[in-house]
Amino acid sequence: MQAPSSWSFEEDDLNAIARTISRFLAETGARSALLVDRSGQLVSTVGEPLSFDPTSFATLTAADFSANDQLARLIGETDFTTLFHQGERESMYVADVARRLILVVLFDNRTPIGLVRLKMKPAVEELTGHLDRAFSRARAGGTTQPNILAGANDEIDELFNW
Amino acid sequence: MSMINYAAREINCKIVYYGPGLGGKTTNLEHIYGKVKPETRGKLISLATETERTLFFDFLPVDLGTIRGFNTRFHLYTVPGQVYYNASRKLILRNVDGIVFVADSQLERMEANLESMQNLYDNMAEYGYDLTRMPFVIQYNKRDLPNAAPVNELQAALNPGWEPADPGKARVVPDPYHAGEYLVSQYSSGEWAERAPYFEAVAIAGDGVFDTLKAVSKLVLKALA
Repeated sequence: MQAPSSWSFEEDDLNAIARTISRFLAETGARSALLVDRSGQLVSTVGEPLSFDPTSFATLTAADFSANDQLARLIGETDFTTLFHQGERESMYVADVARRLILVVLFDNRTPIGLVRLKMKPAVEELTGHLDRAFSRARAGGTTQPNILAGANDEIDELFNW
Repeated sequence: MSMINYAAREINCKIVYYGPGLGGKTTNLEHIYGKVKPETRGKLISLATETERTLFFDFLPVDLGTIRGFNTRFHLYTVPGQVYYNASRKLILRNVDGIVFVADSQLERMEANLESMQNLYDNMAEYGYDLTRMPFVIQYNKRDLPNAAPVNELQAALNPGWEPADPGKARVVPDPYHAGEYLVSQYSSGEWAERAPYFEAVAIAGDGVFDTLKAVSKLVLKALA
């Protein structure tokens, strides 16, 4: 399902996403995972606390993925759905989710890459299901949340009154 | 495209600083980084060459305050200005919410400004975005240099105006930032022209940097309201 131009996450979506990713982490022994919007915004983190700035990490991940998409096109592929960056101790596996988000999994050398790869596919399918629900809601006339900025013109003016 | 995260109570928006090489895009971000309180900003990430020319992008996240209980977080990006980096420049525009075009005021950079502006329109069009219908401001940088072109010449070349997309917008709108000037006005021929708000700046000294940021951020939030 193609993503609508505008959509938003609700608490239920994020809870469902976190459950899927937690199970994936438990099954593989991977340390943590980040879900990142294609434009570089961090959606959520699951697993062990991160020792780095997740905002910067999210931005660089999205840029990395976008650059690789273009590389794929240059060699005649439509995209690369997964990327693997291997380090001496820490590695990361990156997968496309519904062409709208990117799932980044961080794991150390105790976790075999084959297991990550194997468990990633069903996890991505499940995440795609959660996202499709958010997309359908957006398409069916917006979110169930009210537009929080509706009629906030004066407050916006006030925000920049410095 | 802005993302509202109801769980984290955050509104995330993406602003891209565009413009010709060595025009001052990175300098804008560096000034913002240096001036805002450390607790309201993240790290300044620069993917640059050894000679400090932007290779892919610079990135700075800043929080500009809370509105209706939601934290407004702006992700500021610059693009590489040099012509041959177009492939990576285009990637940065994906899902953008607002654009700042940083023009180099120097007379001899006029052609580079025009080329970059055309490139911006082209790249936006490839994503299906219409620059004239989204938050867009122009900054004329390097106003302190002796070879800076007069602002009216820069305006005529880079911000000549476009026909308002919505007929309802065909009414005189004064420029809130410049007394006696207009963002929407009518020519004697009867045609209407809408222009992007503009700012004069000396980014290296910080002049005009926050005026530009405030204007574009405000437009982005108002587009959501």
